[in-house]
Amino acid sequence: MPLVLREGYEAMAEAAVHSGCRFFAGYPMLPFTGLLDAFTRAFERQGDGVMIQADTEIEGINMALGAAATGARAATGSTGQGIALMQEAVAEAALNELPLVIFNIGRGQQDYFQCTRGGGWGDYRTIALAPASVTEADELTRLAFELADQWLTPVVVYGDHLIGFTQMTVEHDPERAPTVPPDKPWALDGSTGGTGTSKVIWTWRQGKHNTPGPGPNLHWQHVADKYAELEQAEPRHVSRHLDGTRHLVVSFGTTGPFVDYVVDELRADGHPVGAFRPVTLWPFPSQALADAATRCEQVLVYELNAGQMVDDVRLALNGAVPVRSIGGVSQDESGMRQGDLLGVDVMRARILDAMQGADAR
Amino acid sequence: MTAPGTPVDLSGARKVAPFAPDLLQTTEHHLCSGCGHPVAWRLIVEVLDELDLVNRSIGVVGHGCYTQIITTADVEFFQCLHGRAPAVAMGMKRMLPDRAIYTIQGDGDMVSEGLAEILHVAARGESITCLMLDNGVFGDTGGHMTATTTVGQRTKTDVSGRSASEYGYPIPVADFVAQLPGVAYVARGAVDRPNAVARTRRYLRNAFEAQVAGEGFSLVEILTMCPTGWSVPADQGAQYQREQMNATYPLGELRAR
Repeated sequence: MPLVLREGYEAMAEAAVHSGCRFFAGYPMLPFTGLLDAFTRAFERQGDGVMIQADTEIEGINMALGAAATGARAATGSTGQGIALMQEAVAEAALNELPLVIFNIGRGQQDYFQCTRGGGWGDYRTIALAPASVTEADELTRLAFELADQWLTPVVVYGDHLIGFTQMTVEHDPERAPTVPPDKPWALDGSTGGTGTSKVIWTWRQGKHNTPGPGPNLHWQHVADKYAELEQAEPRHVSRHLDGTRHLVVSFGTTGPFVDYVVDELRADGHPVGAFRPVTLWPFPSQALADAATRCEQVLVYELNAGQMVDDVRLALNGAVPVRSIGGVSQDESGMRQGDLLGVDVMRARILDAMQGADAR
Repeated sequence: MTAPGTPVDLSGARKVAPFAPDLLQTTEHHLCSGCGHPVAWRLIVEVLDELDLVNRSIGVVGHGCYTQIITTADVEFFQCLHGRAPAVAMGMKRMLPDRAIYTIQGDGDMVSEGLAEILHVAARGESITCLMLDNGVFGDTGGHMTATTTVGQRTKTDVSGRSASEYGYPIPVADFVAQLPGVAYVARGAVDRPNAVARTRRYLRNAFEAQVAGEGFSLVEILTMCPTGWSVPADQGAQYQREQMNATYPLGELRAR
């Protein structure tokens, strides 16, 4: 497969368009703005697709919902603060079973709760994919559109400026045909009007007089059952050096490759340390983590926030293995990107310190 | 003017049209006596039928008493979040440019919660049609004040009538929208008496025809009676509307095609 050098924003936008995405709406906000621009260019190159610069994030995601309701693959995005404004519509997409891809190009790793818990109403979840590199952002963008259609759910792709502004190689085969989205018999196109069984989409699923729906109670139970099934079917993770590992370091997103680098070095020095990285933040790969940590003395969580993913790590291990948070809040002075804790020296020091602490205990 | 409480004289009345349009799957509804929405519903489905849009249109409907139309009218509907219908409709229209895409919203939906969406979509000149059923109250919540409640109008928020010193003034969004360059057609109708109903039907036809012809954005505001929300007897709703709303919201075409 031919490889081409791509900046992360371009890679994600091209992957989206190649996945059949035909609609994107967003409101400028750093560092998401780069993706907005990349979608404009990608649709122009494709000669198809609609990019709307919305006037609010709320408007943007609701435009995308309208496009999605017609069966088109649609996406929106922002930075964590703007994604916060969209939460009502994210929940609506989930409860209305509308496939939608939402790119969070965050200013750091402080949106883990937002991606995995959200702030909308009702019993809903969102799949959350956390690429660690441009190459993975390309792959996970394609996966996001597939999962959204397969499970009829919003899917969050949680990246950051490091992915956006870094150039890496991605597979690019000009002969590879764009993905054709699946048939969507539920989608609206106006054509069922006057048939006596005209379609209606709404979150309560009460249907129409002639074609009553299950109603909110049964529908929302169906949605909850679907997410329970998804939780078992779709967890993804990567790991390294699990053999003989006594200290397992868990990280996500772009922190992962830094941790991998340090863990490789420590292994070479003979330390029994390994690394585990969830690719799906939700569903969290709980079973895989529990298996990987079975013989560990401790699990160390390195994330650049005050301790968010560590909750899921603790839930996964359920007290079987001690869990320590060794990351922390880390922003640079602009507030736009990660700070000093995203560095191999500080990581190595904190991991070694935690290992020695465990030995001392 | 008929005194309040006077029985309506129906002698000489004749049936000029079927009571139920073909496009209604049922005539059952949960709306109150004297409510203006059913007349507006009827006009909307009849105009869709007249313009041959029944199987090539999608309605995007907000939250209010009128929302029940999505369970009874035999056309496709998307029921969206409160206030966001114009944005949803725009996304649909861009994907289905040959379909007639319209919103049905109340005044609370369009002007209170959704003022940003209606103004931005109108300013873009999107080829969609937005319909506002304006009774100046949140009928669905039991008659609370909206952004279109007229000064002096009774609401649950202020039962002695909206006080400008406390609550300010209503927003005549249709008049604002009519000033925007990308807008093809704006009109304000009513359903309080037969000639108003006939004119409103014409406004709706114009609005949908403007969309089908690709002329740009269109908006029709329809004043609808809400005697329950206004705390007046059902048979006095029309009179209360004329006395309380029509001066703030003059009827007619605000931007002709």
